[in-house]
Amino acid sequence: MRHFSREVDVLIVGGGPAGLGAAIAVKENGIDNLLVLERANFLGGILGQCIHNGFGLHRFGEELTGPEYAQRDIDRVKELGIEIQTETMVLSVGEDLVVSAVSSKNGMQLIKAKAIILAMGCRERPRGALGTPGTRCAGIYSAGTAQQFVNLEGYMPGKRVVILGSGDIGLIMARRMTLQGAKVLACVELMPYSSGLNRNIVQCLQDYDIPLYLSHTVIDIKGKDRLTGVTIAKVDDNRQPIPGSEKDLECDTLLLSVGLIPENELSQGAGVDLSPLTSGPVVDDSFQTSIPGIFTCGNVLHVHDLVDYVSEESFKAGRSAAQYIKGLLPPADTVQVLDGEGVRGTVPQRIRLGQEESIALMFRPSGVFRNAVCTVTSGGRQIARKRAQIFTPGEMVTINLKKEEVAALSDSVTVSIERSK
Amino acid sequence: MEITCINCPVGCLLQVEMAGGKVLSVSGQVCKRGEIYAHQECVNPTRMITAVVPVAGSQMPLSVKTEQPIPKQDINKCMAELAAVQVEAPVRMGEVIIRNVCDSGVNIIATKEIARTV
Ligand SMILES: Cc1cc2nc3c(=O)[nH]c(=O)nc-3n(C[C@H](O)[C@H](O)[C@H](O)COP(=O)(O)OP(=O)(O)OC[C@H]3O[C@@H](n4cnc5c(N)ncnc54)[C@H](O)[C@@H]3O)c2cc1C
Ligand code: SF4
Repeated sequence: MRHFSREVDVLIVGGGPAGLGAAIAVKENGIDNLLVLERANFLGGILGQCIHNGFGLHRFGEELTGPEYAQRDIDRVKELGIEIQTETMVLSVGEDLVVSAVSSKNGMQLIKAKAIILAMGCRERPRGALGTPGTRCAGIYSAGTAQQFVNLEGYMPGKRVVILGSGDIGLIMARRMTLQGAKVLACVELMPYSSGLNRNIVQCLQDYDIPLYLSHTVIDIKGKDRLTGVTIAKVDDNRQPIPGSEKDLECDTLLLSVGLIPENELSQGAGVDLSPLTSGPVVDDSFQTSIPGIFTCGNVLHVHDLVDYVSEESFKAGRSAAQYIKGLLPPADTVQVLDGEGVRGTVPQRIRLGQEESIALMFRPSGVFRNAVCTVTSGGRQIARKRAQIFTPGEMVTINLKKEEVAALSDSVTVSIERSK
Repeated sequence: MEITCINCPVGCLLQVEMAGGKVLSVSGQVCKRGEIYAHQECVNPTRMITAVVPVAGSQMPLSVKTEQPIPKQDINKCMAELAAVQVEAPVRMGEVIIRNVCDSGVNIIATKEIARTV
């Protein structure tokens, strides 16, 4: 028999907003034997470096900065007396719910859990995944790494900056670098629309007269040791550079803001089914993965725009894990949730039959749809509908299924976006 | 003219009718805050400012914010005052770092805890 360092009811991997929210819900639902493992030496995950405001409007009704938002959950976790080990890195999660972790304080630990909640967050797409041509000189960073340098280490990575990609972190960093004294020359986006929020385009670019080049890309990177400049060009409908449209920009720093991917090495190791669309685990509406007893929430499940929704999701996942421990979450038959026209990567992918609770379905539109309607159908019947002025890939859409509709389900569910006539 | 409401992620496109420096009508907003925003933005635009400042006695810089939005035209002056400020660890969350920044009547406060590390 294997010897375990300890046994817990619920083990939570990651102490970001998702892990903290899940821990709070587990405890508040009556399970006391729980443990949170976090590899950093602080709690709150990526929020610590998001020093701008705009967090918590939905959850707290006020605009907080990232560190302020995180502190509220940290305070609550401490108040509830939840045990947390920081500087503890989880190395593996087994199908048998055995977790191995390492820290300098406790060495190697082998922990047996009755339920596990995966809340490892996401990380940025690296440059390699993009295939930008040119030299491999210094001065090229992901926007999140630059955010970490400036906001957590107080170090400015450069003076003249070009940003490739218009994701929110890139937009936020355009403003941050400008405010901290750098010159941001341009934000360059391959697509004909930005993947960032409109409010960030206004308050991060327009406020500081930073031009946004849509349908443009970086075609050359110059510099031997340190970056000295980039060449940008307009692209055609097939995203190919248009000859003659090149423009040289002299800069010492290039920030890449080209999207986030869930961090799922641990999930993969456990043998949890992953979705190729979200890059996160496949879950049912209780946020349980394909392995009984393993739950997940937050950016490791799918990339969220707003931390408020991460918290909301984590409360549900934590409550489910507590119910599972109490034997109140029996295995159930499920129906599939399918992506229809205009929809990509709906979460959850499965809905349990024979229950009566409203369910939120979340997805990203596959393109830009103006004045359109999102519908959910099952067995040839429309069971939910939502109209919006605009649906864009930059903003996650949530559509709720009423509990009566959930109770009546017997067939698979399809989510689609229709252009209204 | 057209402006984007920046109060929440919905980002409504607002049509604002103006005459003689005054707002006559606002349309396009999903909620009331859009209208309030349009009045503010077209007459005296304001912004919340967040930043980091170095801290003596800590390796980590301190993140700060204006307690209330300040006039947009004061952003540069505000950053200049922040660049000159001297802060010493430890710092409590919510502690006032600059009182009445650029005479706006608004304080700059700490948004995180900083312990002494050096
Ligand atoms: C660089 C970056 C910038 C962002 N900026 C914004 C923004 O400006 N505004 C916004 O609303 N959202 C932003 N987001 C999204 C934001 O991350 C989420 O809203 C929220 O923080 C997600 O919470 P989470 O707990 O799922 O993930 P995270 O906050 O990433 O937390 C995950 C935690 O798990 C820990 N962890 C991971 N692997 C292990 C392991 N093996 N063992 C132990 N611990 C582990 C990590 O150290 C981390 O603390 C940003 C994301 C990134 C990556
Ligand atoms: S008008 Fe209301 S809903 Fe629209 S962006 Fe402004 S605050 Fe949001």
